[in-house]
Amino acid sequence: MTITEFSLDQAQTGVTYRVLSVHANPHLAHSDQHLKDLGFLPGEFVILKKRALPGGDPIVVRIGSSNFALRRAEAACVLIEQV
Amino acid sequence: MQESKIHLHPTGPLFALVGHPNCGKTALFNQLTGSRQKVANYAGVTVERKEGRFQTPAGVNVRVLDLPGTYSLYPRSIDEQITCNVLMGRATGEKTPDVVICVVDATNLRRSLRIVLAVERLGLPCMVALNMVDEAKARGIEIDASKLSNALGLPVMATVAIQKGGDAALREAIDQALINRKTPSLSTQTLAPTAVENDHKRIQEILSDLLLDRVVPDLRSERIDQVILNPVVGPIILVAILFFIFQAMFSLAEAPMEFIIGTTEQLGSLLTIGLPDNWLRSLLIDGIIAGVGGVVVFLPQILILFFFILVLEESGYLPRAAFLLDRLMGSVGLSGRSFIPLLSSFACAIPGIIATRTIPSIRDRMVTILIAPLMTCSARLPVYALLISAFIPSQEVWGGLELQGLVMFGLYFIGIFGALVVAWFLKMFTSKNSRVRPLMMELPTYRLPRIKNLAIGLWQRAVLFLKRVGGIIMIMTIALWFLASFPGAPDGAVGPSIEYSFAGMIGHSLAFILEPIGFNWQIAIALVPGMAAREVAVSALGTVYALSATGEAAAESLIPIISAQWSLATGLSLLAWYVFAPQCLSTIATMKRESGGWKIPIIGLVYMFILAYFCAWVTFKLASSWLG
Repeated sequence: MTITEFSLDQAQTGVTYRVLSVHANPHLAHSDQHLKDLGFLPGEFVILKKRALPGGDPIVVRIGSSNFALRRAEAACVLIEQV
Repeated sequence: MQESKIHLHPTGPLFALVGHPNCGKTALFNQLTGSRQKVANYAGVTVERKEGRFQTPAGVNVRVLDLPGTYSLYPRSIDEQITCNVLMGRATGEKTPDVVICVVDATNLRRSLRIVLAVERLGLPCMVALNMVDEAKARGIEIDASKLSNALGLPVMATVAIQKGGDAALREAIDQALINRKTPSLSTQTLAPTAVENDHKRIQEILSDLLLDRVVPDLRSERIDQVILNPVVGPIILVAILFFIFQAMFSLAEAPMEFIIGTTEQLGSLLTIGLPDNWLRSLLIDGIIAGVGGVVVFLPQILILFFFILVLEESGYLPRAAFLLDRLMGSVGLSGRSFIPLLSSFACAIPGIIATRTIPSIRDRMVTILIAPLMTCSARLPVYALLISAFIPSQEVWGGLELQGLVMFGLYFIGIFGALVVAWFLKMFTSKNSRVRPLMMELPTYRLPRIKNLAIGLWQRAVLFLKRVGGIIMIMTIALWFLASFPGAPDGAVGPSIEYSFAGMIGHSLAFILEPIGFNWQIAIALVPGMAAREVAVSALGTVYALSATGEAAAESLIPIISAQWSLATGLSLLAWYVFAPQCLSTIATMKRESGGWKIPIIGLVYMFILAYFCAWVTFKLASSWLG
């Protein structure tokens, strides 16, 4: 099995992924810290539930048992792998 | 709106409720203190700390602080900052809490426990209220409070904050905590960046030891979201809900409104017969009954609007609506996060402006404060309803839609549209293109609105409205009656005596500014006291016309009078004016307080005045030339 890493905004809807790490985005102050505070932490399972139309931004993701609306740029800070 | 004041009771130990947003802190606070704070199902209901007191079973008087929910001790917005300041002893006029009660959502332990560990690391004595155990049980999550307590090394009590007596275990534990109390010693090494991940690992271990590391999402919420968040169906549902509310405001309110009108008219005619014709009778009938009665009539419509807003708040629908509207808000330089403060502004701009504290971006917050007064607040409702009843025929169009309800919906829509245009305009000047607006908004579990909460919310709203009627509206009405009655007409005067009174002079002197937009001197008089509270304009018109009328026609209701005396163009122009005009002084004062200076309120005043005058002028010109 090959492990592929990509960011959460690239995820397919309805598939379960595992969070690898969270990174900062220079245009979004403290985004890494805030994402961690919400529960985007290594080892947690995450599912992309919905993309808004048109444009696919923002998105709804489930982390643990909570749902969050995130902007794509925010989701791009979260690195994930397929389970 | 009233504001919560922090009263200082320096005696007695201080407890603070801390937890992530929407975990039931406010409900628990209400249960403990018996006070009735507003409970709703979205993050950020408590934007200011609130204080209450209660007696423990052992008879100790303790103070409790209800703090805004926060996901961590790294604040993102001003409301979260309040919580952090209190916990770190930096809040002015408040000591560091003696004990922190960490409120933990039993359906989402993994996330909630992180804040417990963070508070503990601060060096504050803490205890855990394991809330929503009923909901967790329904989802098949059984948590052994004593095992969790052993694992954490902290007292843990199961609570059901929304149930009477659901806080019993906590009350007893508070006594215990007071006996074992240690002095808080604030630690300084709290802000290590790796702390979150280390805490996460520890929680993971605790949860797997307790066999609680399964993730159990709420399936019902998931199913509802499949429909509500659907990119095609979702927006249709959103528009349909809003549309339905405005239709209901007219069709359901009809009977109670007729009852109120009938009662005030009867009262007026009883007094006309029973009292001698002197100034007191005129004050009672022309001043108070015509003025105040004209405003009370709109109570049913206000309550119907609030009922629906409360249902939407409690159900958890609002953050979904914010998600659906994020794209639209983004195109004018705002984010979905501005939606909830703007929706609150439909009730009153003041709580709406205060609710902007949940918006992390300062620029977005200032823009939201500037446009919040354009949302049609409930004080505009009496004015709209009066003018619509007078000028728009009550008939059904397009197969069963009430035309008056349709126009009302249109006025709300124009307010929203105007706000979006203003936001877009501000984006041109203030927004940097490279910036990304933070969203990161939780979509909470759907909950069925509780009848008791709805009843409390409506009751509070009705009391607030009637207090305004009995207070500011009554005072302004009486003051206006005096101004409109004295001095009396000179001998040999032709017109009604009000034309020679102080109010008449003021009205005539303002008339030349307002004449281009079609307002007569009676409207000019009514606009002045309208600055204190918008709906006073209705009572003022009631008084002005009651005093202008001759003989027994005085007690007649206002609607037929204005529809006979004003042109349609004037009615429409006044509606347009009311959509945009900066009117109530308390809103301006709140804008100043929340923005921390005069810049924002002055910009607001100027742009709203220009917009109101311009739109009223265009409306008047177009309506005069097309409709004659």
